[in-house]
Amino acid sequence: MTDLSNSTLVDLIKGIKKKDFTSEEVTKSFIKNSEKSDKLNTYITKCFDQALISAKKFDKKKDHKGLLSGVPIAVKDLFCTKDVKTTAGSKILNNFVPTYESTVTKKLWSEGAFLLGKLNCDEFAMGSSNETSFFGNVTNPFGDKLVPGGSSGGSASALAANLTPATIGTDTGGSIRQPASFTGTVGLKPTYGRCSRWGIVAFASSLDQAGPMTKTVEDCALLLQCISGYDPNDSTSIDIKVDNFSSDLTEKVKGLTIGIPKEYRIENMPVEIDELWKKGINFLKDAGVIIKDISLPHTMYALPAYYIVAPAEASSNLARYDGVKYGHRSKGKNLIEMYENTRSEGFGDEVKRRILIGTYVLSSGYYEAYYLKAQKVRQLIKQDFDNSFKSVDAILTPSTPSSSFKMGEKEGDPVSMYLNDIFTVPVNLAGLPAISVPSGYDKKKLPLGLQLIGKPFDEQTILNLSLALQKRINFKRNVKIWWK
Amino acid sequence: MPEKIFDYFIKGEKSKWEVVIGLEVHAQVLSKSKLFSSSSTKFGAEPNTQVSLVDSAFPGMLPVINQFCIEQSVKTGLGLKAKINLYSVFDRKNYFYADLPQGYQISQYKYPIVGEGEVTLDMPYGTKKIGIERLHLEQDAGKSIHDLDPENSLIDLNRSGVALMEIVSKPDLRSPNEVNVYVKKLRSIMRYLGTCDGNMQEGSLRADVNVSVRKVGEKQFGTRCEIKNLNSIKFMQMAIEHEAKRQVELLENNKRIDQETRLFDANNNTTRSMRSKEDAHDYRYFPDPDLLPLRLEQSLIDKLKKQLPELPDEKKERFIKEHNLSAYEANILVSEKEISDYYEEVVKKSDKKLASNWLTGDLFAVLNKNNLSISQFPISANNLSLLINMISSGKISGRIAKEVFELMQKKNENPEKIVETKGLLQQSDPKELEKIIINVISNNKDKVEQYKSGKEKLFSFFVGQVMKLSGGKANPQLVNKILKNKLK
Repeated sequence: MTDLSNSTLVDLIKGIKKKDFTSEEVTKSFIKNSEKSDKLNTYITKCFDQALISAKKFDKKKDHKGLLSGVPIAVKDLFCTKDVKTTAGSKILNNFVPTYESTVTKKLWSEGAFLLGKLNCDEFAMGSSNETSFFGNVTNPFGDKLVPGGSSGGSASALAANLTPATIGTDTGGSIRQPASFTGTVGLKPTYGRCSRWGIVAFASSLDQAGPMTKTVEDCALLLQCISGYDPNDSTSIDIKVDNFSSDLTEKVKGLTIGIPKEYRIENMPVEIDELWKKGINFLKDAGVIIKDISLPHTMYALPAYYIVAPAEASSNLARYDGVKYGHRSKGKNLIEMYENTRSEGFGDEVKRRILIGTYVLSSGYYEAYYLKAQKVRQLIKQDFDNSFKSVDAILTPSTPSSSFKMGEKEGDPVSMYLNDIFTVPVNLAGLPAISVPSGYDKKKLPLGLQLIGKPFDEQTILNLSLALQKRINFKRNVKIWWK
Repeated sequence: MPEKIFDYFIKGEKSKWEVVIGLEVHAQVLSKSKLFSSSSTKFGAEPNTQVSLVDSAFPGMLPVINQFCIEQSVKTGLGLKAKINLYSVFDRKNYFYADLPQGYQISQYKYPIVGEGEVTLDMPYGTKKIGIERLHLEQDAGKSIHDLDPENSLIDLNRSGVALMEIVSKPDLRSPNEVNVYVKKLRSIMRYLGTCDGNMQEGSLRADVNVSVRKVGEKQFGTRCEIKNLNSIKFMQMAIEHEAKRQVELLENNKRIDQETRLFDANNNTTRSMRSKEDAHDYRYFPDPDLLPLRLEQSLIDKLKKQLPELPDEKKERFIKEHNLSAYEANILVSEKEISDYYEEVVKKSDKKLASNWLTGDLFAVLNKNNLSISQFPISANNLSLLINMISSGKISGRIAKEVFELMQKKNENPEKIVETKGLLQQSDPKELEKIIINVISNNKDKVEQYKSGKEKLFSFFVGQVMKLSGGKANPQLVNKILKNKLK
């Protein structure tokens, strides 16, 4: 029998529906891989026994309804899952078991999927290398000691190592697209408001979005369709019709105009990335797309603005982790000391750094100079995109300024770490949809991705363009299993 | 009523001081569920039984605005003749406390839902308009209980997330009594509107009071101190009086007032410093990214405006114009919605002036004596109107009416029935009365002589004798008339 864990999500669902194989067989193949994956450190919580029970139960059912019928899916440990520990990669939630299910995961289960496990991530999704997790680094299957990117690093590694057929992550400044790029997988951040944030541990509320991470563009379209939709419990989710991303998916993109922003050609960018970008442009030309040079003049201010807005919101969002109601609590002689000890012990360094930055930029006397100014910059960045989208249908850029790097390489140099998000962050500030498509390798034989940025709620166009790219690039994920 | 002159000043050793007061009233929105969750707001439930995942700030929980609370605050704004802002923003006010689960309070900072308005006070020295600066919506915190357990503080989150309207006045108040009238007027308006029950015992209405003093005639405001969280009008008045005196004393001794937040201690009637301006919290306000700015449609405001009930000021005008009541009477009758409702029920079937007299006189006396509210008053409006009608039709005298009124309170009996069974109907038959009068005259010949020789004061003596013989039932007007004739 062929290794089912190698299959795409779409093929697995098809196979299960046609009874070529059972849900149990599929589940077992991913559990088998997962059980031998400890060196990758992708799982925080394994739900294998329950997944097998669900699979067997599924196989006994007569009708296999649902878009995701019979597939096990492991998700980032930022999604609250009912009765299953949810940590956000933090010690402060080490013992937290929600009594509720996030809207996005609930949607997965209602389409017939079931939970395989909870995947490692940077603490509270703050990081670009998965090195800030309380549960340790995740390793990139492309090589020992290599980071998988972050913050959805556990998700990206698990996907690339065939531990789960697909997964969902969250993206606040690139946390889906950057790890997808580092692991040769597809990752899409939907338009802000496309998916509900209800039940997702919040990092920066105005930037956070859940999104699919998959092996192929087809899988991505299917998973996006399953998790999209208005949620009255999330006041920032938008009541707009969800297209049938999957059945409307087409590689016929002839006549579309793609913008190439000159500001994304940054200094010291590896030659391979520039070449990859050119390659992408040529492939799209080949598909009949018109290429247009555009300018997004405020791009250079995106990263600084992001590192004000995101920490500001985080400093407030994380105030609830105080040891009073749930999660880790340290002892203290009085309330203040209990707070101090709980938060000192419960949060890691990167989270503390961002809480401090966020508290600082919101403080009276600094608010106008930092937070308010950053919000103005944010408006300008959004305007840049709005202006460009008057003449182009989507924008093509590299996903990251480099490929995966060694663990510890950027330790003690947060700014160099933050620079990793330079191409992804503007998209979050503008609330736009964007996808990273695996597009090639650098000379270290590490995968690289290209990013397509779309108009608000026009995920379909970037999915179609991605499909056209995928067909022409014919990317092969050369993962050698070294970790067993 | 003769107009008095405003005379609340603090007399120091050296000068006469004026007290300047501004109020921040926290009024709980009358609503079934909380501002951002569907938990119940019912008072008096077991601790922590009305708490949702949102109220207790579980990870990933998001606030969703309760549209009803929005409409309640718009109505209140309209009742305060205030500008309703079509655009307002919810902000986070960040601070740590054990009974604040989110670590921030959702409030409105730069863009409140209601802007400037005014409240009219009826003072003995005339009407006075108090400016409203703004009204904004915010969540209440939970409750910390420090005295139930020797080791731990306990937290009750039932109040956590309950909607409050913070109504900020301009510094237009000048005396504890004006504060008293202002708070009562605010409460009255909100009770008419049904937007706040105004129940101070249950904490539905609390206030922070800003106090400063300045020499009479001075234009500049003095440095103010804020006295936090006063939950009765009496405490507000006591706190203001004490605080004003404290400030005057400092200033007259050439000391400086520090702008600070103070707490009132009702046990020894003093205020003490809670925190100075330097120690003031930096709340790090910023717009709550979980909530979009609130945009109201003008059509909603127009709709709510049309639905507004008649408010105390308009009702008062109507009572003066249509019922011929004095401003004083009308004011008393409209002060509480329940009282005006009762009055209007009574006058549906009886004389307006008499009804007003009975309500503001005898009825209020009973309420005050027994510390009752009008809803607890035993006599129904219908029965009171029957009683009044018997007076105006001459069936019973005013004196008998008072007797019947006493009896009615025992079990809200029909006054006509009481009069009938007790035989209290007024004696209005002239022939019968004449008999009694002749009897009185013949038994008091000496007094009649005295009267006729000019001692006219004795007339009331004869009336009294007639009333006595009639058992109090004689029609006084007729008695007067016949007596005068007979004594000619």
